[in-house]
Amino acid sequence: MKIHEYQAKEIFADAGIPVPPGDIAMTPVEAFEIAERLNKPVMVKAQVHVGGRGKAGGVKYAESPEAAKVLATNILGMDIKGLEVKKVLVTSAEDIISESYVGIILDRATKRPVIMVSPAGGVDIEEVAAKTPEKIFKLAVDPVVGLRPYQARNLAFKLYRDITQVRTATDIIMKLYDIFWKVDSSLIEINPLITNAAAEVVAIDAKLNVDDNALFRLKNIEKMRDIDAEVPAEVEAREADLSYVKLDGYIGCMVNGAGLAMATMDLVKRYGGDPANFLDIGGSSNPQKVVTALKIITSDPNVRAILINIFGGITRCDDVANGIVEAFKEFKPDIPVVVRLTGTNAAEAAKILQSINLPSEETLDDVVKKAIELAEAE
Amino acid sequence: MSIFINKKSKVVVQGITGRDGSFHAEQMKAYGTNVVAGVTPGKAGSKVAGIPVFNSVAEAVKETKANTSVIYVPPAFAVDAIYEAVGAGIKTVVCITEGVPANDMMKVYPIVKEAGARLIGPNCPGLISVDQSKVGIMPGNIVKKGGVGVVSRSGTLTYEAIWALTCAGMGQTTCIGIGGDQVIGTNFIDCLEAFEADKATKAIVMIGEIGGSDEEDAAKFIKKNVTKPVVSFIAGQAAPPGKRMGHAGAIISGGSGTAEDKIKALKKAGVPVAGSPTELPILLNELIAKRKEADKTKKAKAGAKTKTAAKKKTASKKK
Repeated sequence: MKIHEYQAKEIFADAGIPVPPGDIAMTPVEAFEIAERLNKPVMVKAQVHVGGRGKAGGVKYAESPEAAKVLATNILGMDIKGLEVKKVLVTSAEDIISESYVGIILDRATKRPVIMVSPAGGVDIEEVAAKTPEKIFKLAVDPVVGLRPYQARNLAFKLYRDITQVRTATDIIMKLYDIFWKVDSSLIEINPLITNAAAEVVAIDAKLNVDDNALFRLKNIEKMRDIDAEVPAEVEAREADLSYVKLDGYIGCMVNGAGLAMATMDLVKRYGGDPANFLDIGGSSNPQKVVTALKIITSDPNVRAILINIFGGITRCDDVANGIVEAFKEFKPDIPVVVRLTGTNAAEAAKILQSINLPSEETLDDVVKKAIELAEAE
Repeated sequence: MSIFINKKSKVVVQGITGRDGSFHAEQMKAYGTNVVAGVTPGKAGSKVAGIPVFNSVAEAVKETKANTSVIYVPPAFAVDAIYEAVGAGIKTVVCITEGVPANDMMKVYPIVKEAGARLIGPNCPGLISVDQSKVGIMPGNIVKKGGVGVVSRSGTLTYEAIWALTCAGMGQTTCIGIGGDQVIGTNFIDCLEAFEADKATKAIVMIGEIGGSDEEDAAKFIKKNVTKPVVSFIAGQAAPPGKRMGHAGAIISGGSGTAEDKIKALKKAGVPVAGSPTELPILLNELIAKRKEADKTKKAKAGAKTKTAAKKKTASKKK
């Protein structure tokens, strides 16, 4: 789960990491009021769950509260990479003397949290990794031992010479490491971590991703979820305990198993079609789940045919077929549906589908080709 | 023969009285697995499908000498179940549970390693060593005894591939699902190494997906250390960047972990990559035939060299 910059900054501030003061505005008037309260020049920053906000014009400097109001008028409602800006963070602007990068990421290869620092902050870290990798310093932390202060200090020395700044940066790194475990993070980034005219070290941006699997024990963090920033169908699917990702194509897919669902989408592309979605309906033959899945898929007006691909191992194919029959009684899509059920009791399943004139195919390749054929005919 | 589990595996089912635990304990037993015990705190003395239940893994091990465990426990308690199994001396732990927090996994992994145990999963269907033992939820009716080792990050996609192999008459030694999460106990290389060392495994099928760099690491390992034929399928070529595709570990982040990169790395290492899971048996047969031809040519050349050398010797002797 992603959280906004302002929410991440709240978590940082609670832990004692220096962040500039600021508040959220949802209207230009609110932006004005916050700037007035802060009584100094501010940054007006779009709060959306994508990178590249600056390049898209969503991060602007405002000399006065009036300027903040004007900028907020422009930025609120802006579309940045497909997401609408509904909130802006109005925060005091800093004089930037230097920009560094500090981040912690879950590294799958070492199965450890890896701390990364770079004196080349303020730009995409992937760009730095590609062009000047020698400017990135990494430390894989032993999760059993934890982060020792001397290790954090050695990393801080890569960023600053001044011992006061080194000490502040060391403290920030130690605190970030604590936060990483405390809120089950998979990624934390401060980019840039700056030094200002007063030689202070301040985090002027904050990014924090939380492991979805840990939300059950992070109720306060779960409250930070911004449903407005998510695709509505994906929200609905999550609430129905279905795994769904909306794509741009026209072949709706319903498959049991994430890997098989991905492979089905791949095959649709391979045969010249375009998948409309990823949907893993899991191992159940429950008609209610099928109904919900069909409704979510067909809520996308681009969908011209639906492909149902089920491999029944322990889940029995005839159970799934009966589930589909039951589901159709409640909700029958008005676009073509083609089914492929393989595995346990597949033959019985095919008979059940035949009884409601639902076309079924035997092989994965055939069902994909059929779905594309039916969609093209629509 | 097989990898990681066999006839001698004595299995304890953690979470045996739950809905999944009880159902699958019975299924495993029906397959022929030696399920010796179950654990649910508070249910000691009861039985599930004739299997005695204990309050703790330690008690189960003491009474039954269980050496393998399978975990059907909800995400909030699954990691604790792993610690418990390893602490009780279990050497092979299979965690089926989906939804285990990744940071918990980072903490338990070094503990498992230090205990000299093997963790498979989490978020996996487990494994089957054909006609010997099934630990997990893989359907027993799709496998067939033979010489192919199958390793995969998926569930039903694996079954699709196994079924294709079975239908093509290419039976399997062990089929293992290593799981769909970012931090897992056993990676591709662990399985490839074991398959390479297993005499009964003559060929390997590897099924990967987007996210992480396990397949790329495996490709390097195959080039250096695997002599047996390997073919692969990678799911997720149509996946968009930055979105989690069902599995916690199936995500393209920061431009890395794409299916394209994995396919490139595997092809570079001499591993043919199928365009669909159903193509795998065909691809494998082609590779085996190609290697046989190459072998024949090699032997013929070597034979010719020996003949030439012998002729030269005779000629020089004559001189």
